[in-house]
Amino acid sequence: MADKVLMKGNEAIAEAAIKAGCMYYFGYPITPQTEVAAYMAKRMPKIGGTFLQAESEIAAINMCIGVASTGKRVMTSSSSPGISLKAEGISYMAGCDLPALIVNVQRGGPGLGGIQPSQSDYYQATRGGGHGDYHLFVVAPASVQEMVSLTAHAFNVAEKYRVPAMLLADGTLGQMMEPVVIDEVEIEEHDKSWALTGTKCEREHNVINSLSMLPEELEQWNIDRYERYAKMEKEEPMWEEYMMEDADICVVAFGIASRVSRNAIKAAREKGVKVGMIRPITLWPFPKEVLLASTDKVKAYVTVELNMGQMAEDVELATHCRRPILKANRAGGCIPSPEQVLAQIEAANELGGEQ
Amino acid sequence: MAQTQMLFAGFGGQGILFSGKFLAYDGLFSDKQVSWLPSYGPEMRGGTASCSVVFSDEIIGSPIVSAPDILVAMNLPSLDKYEESVVPGGKIFVDSSLVERKVSRTDVTTYYIPATKIAAEQEMPTLANMILVGKLIRETGIIGEENIEKIIDKIVSARHAALKDLNKKAIAVGLAYKD
Repeated sequence: MADKVLMKGNEAIAEAAIKAGCMYYFGYPITPQTEVAAYMAKRMPKIGGTFLQAESEIAAINMCIGVASTGKRVMTSSSSPGISLKAEGISYMAGCDLPALIVNVQRGGPGLGGIQPSQSDYYQATRGGGHGDYHLFVVAPASVQEMVSLTAHAFNVAEKYRVPAMLLADGTLGQMMEPVVIDEVEIEEHDKSWALTGTKCEREHNVINSLSMLPEELEQWNIDRYERYAKMEKEEPMWEEYMMEDADICVVAFGIASRVSRNAIKAAREKGVKVGMIRPITLWPFPKEVLLASTDKVKAYVTVELNMGQMAEDVELATHCRRPILKANRAGGCIPSPEQVLAQIEAANELGGEQ
Repeated sequence: MAQTQMLFAGFGGQGILFSGKFLAYDGLFSDKQVSWLPSYGPEMRGGTASCSVVFSDEIIGSPIVSAPDILVAMNLPSLDKYEESVVPGGKIFVDSSLVERKVSRTDVTTYYIPATKIAAEQEMPTLANMILVGKLIRETGIIGEENIEKIIDKIVSARHAALKDLNKKAIAVGLAYKD
């Protein structure tokens, strides 16, 4: 096993991507994710990989389309406003069925917003972000160690289903250091017969394209893609349950919000409130089944987010609105305090059961 | 559960993040759970800087320290901002050569160290932060003294070998300081 080291989340993502066989990185600096690019700039030349600081985010994502078309693992990273710039290219990737990893270390928005941590790109990440009917595979790490494991996992899933994947972090997780073990990661082998590698006059040309002027053909491409999405919704949801065995109240939170929630849950348990947490690890596909099943024993839910309550809608959908949902959220770069979350847990405990 | 929350605060350039990092490495070497979270952005370029460090026996929840057990304040705005947030019974370390006022809380233990002045006198003007770290180790026992050399050797790069000795010296000065 590799040694435990202290690393920033941003650096851990970069090292994990390299370990996962990503030899191509294209990006453009933006706080609070610049350490990803800085790390890649240092490491890639030493291992024969490519680091390129593009002239813009748009250029970087289009360079990713180029590499992804050849079947090689490729990554770009940015923060919220930069991801909006990449949205067109991400839609093209989805339309071309290209796997790649896009990292979003979120900051407050909308617009230029601020530079402090946020989760306000939840809708953008889970609904695609660009134009057209598509989804990304979206993972939301809650620790530096998970930034390693989920980076590697996202590459595998992206290739398995031929979809772009997004790692959705935030400024806190990107900037913080925790002990982490960067072990060897599993690199799954998936079919790449679609890739543009040169025919050597031995096979038909492969075509990577998202354009069709025939509506029925374009519709069929969408239907085929949604068959893969259906399979992902069945097989790929990931979540963590914390103190849920006897919980009356269920906190739902991802990423850094789940870390703050843990403090609040401990404090509430000390006060005798039976509260637990379901932490979505994949945001798309969303862990709907475990949430729906929890409605049999949970009286009320508390969603904790660094946005105005975006994931709360997915919790309403997943639980079929069977139980009340209270929100503990902050926006614009602010972070909910454990005290704020605790207050909502206690409020939920008061009103639970009045259905 | 044993958990210690620490907050370092001062001006950008005083080595606030570095002092936090020093302690975080002790967590790594001692196999404790540890998190280190810096303020980032304009703070690092000359404004007020702060850094949260959490030590714990269990998995750490929030890495954001809002109620520190230990506060190191290297300027007046930091003391003004964070004094009230320290938990009752907590410890506050003040660089008294830069902060003229006294701590007004009576339910905490306060240590006044003229660290910036001592650092200047001992010809290591950039290491007031590590004098405070030395004093913090003395008064809290938060980290094992046997780890000090190991940590400095790890976090000060070989290119700055001279700084290794100076950092060790600064910590020793803090360790020996009696107020």
